[in-house]
Amino acid sequence: MSTPNTYTRPIAGWWRRNPFYRAYILRELTCVAVIVFALELLVGLWRLVQGPEAFDAWRASLAQPWVIVVNCVVLALVAWHAWTWFEVMPKTLPFINLGGRRVPDRAIVAAGAIAAVVASLVVLFLFLTL
Amino acid sequence: MKRSNKPIFWSLFGAGGMLSALIGPMLVFLIALAVPLGFVSKETMDYPRVLAFAQNWVGKLVILVVVALFLFHGLHRLYHTLHDFGVHIGPGVKALHHGLAIVGTLIAAYLLFTLRSAA
Repeated sequence: MSTPNTYTRPIAGWWRRNPFYRAYILRELTCVAVIVFALELLVGLWRLVQGPEAFDAWRASLAQPWVIVVNCVVLALVAWHAWTWFEVMPKTLPFINLGGRRVPDRAIVAAGAIAAVVASLVVLFLFLTL
Repeated sequence: MKRSNKPIFWSLFGAGGMLSALIGPMLVFLIALAVPLGFVSKETMDYPRVLAFAQNWVGKLVILVVVALFLFHGLHRLYHTLHDFGVHIGPGVKALHHGLAIVGTLIAAYLLFTLRSAA
């Protein structure tokens, strides 16, 4: 089947036209960092299965300067993902009512941020002590 | 009418987004920066310690859930972002992204399984 030969408005570069679009694209592109980190962990697990030498080689690769630089960017993007995730939570959750009043947006964002801080401290504690 | 698989993949995207928002920054900081740079003791990531964690069934579950949900979140979002850049959603592009997340999950599950038999 041939495609109709009608004019299509070009969309290339649309997101550069407006700060809101740029912020949207930055938020959506944080997914690349989440994927990169998941793959780093997956490689680490694979090297773990191969034995101590392979695992130490994986750890040495993580300590290379360019990998550190990449992972700094990954950290910044994952942190931005976390913040934006809670920032849009008032829009992604159904309305929550407490005592007959709708919970305000700011309270939902704050609850998410506090939950993240608590969860991160639990992870830190377990990582250091387990 | 054929049932849509959208709720499944959207739930995995949402769960991965929530998990990575809650503990993602701390995990990246600890594993990818703090330990390699020596901010915390390098022994926290020594082979015997990580092996013991990955041989414990709770540890296995943690590793599997983190890897799988991060992949499902990231790849689902990537596939929609490509659409925003003009790579149009088709069954093939969609299947590729969800498929990669499934493959990654299965690889992680297989690797964790082999660790148990080695113990």
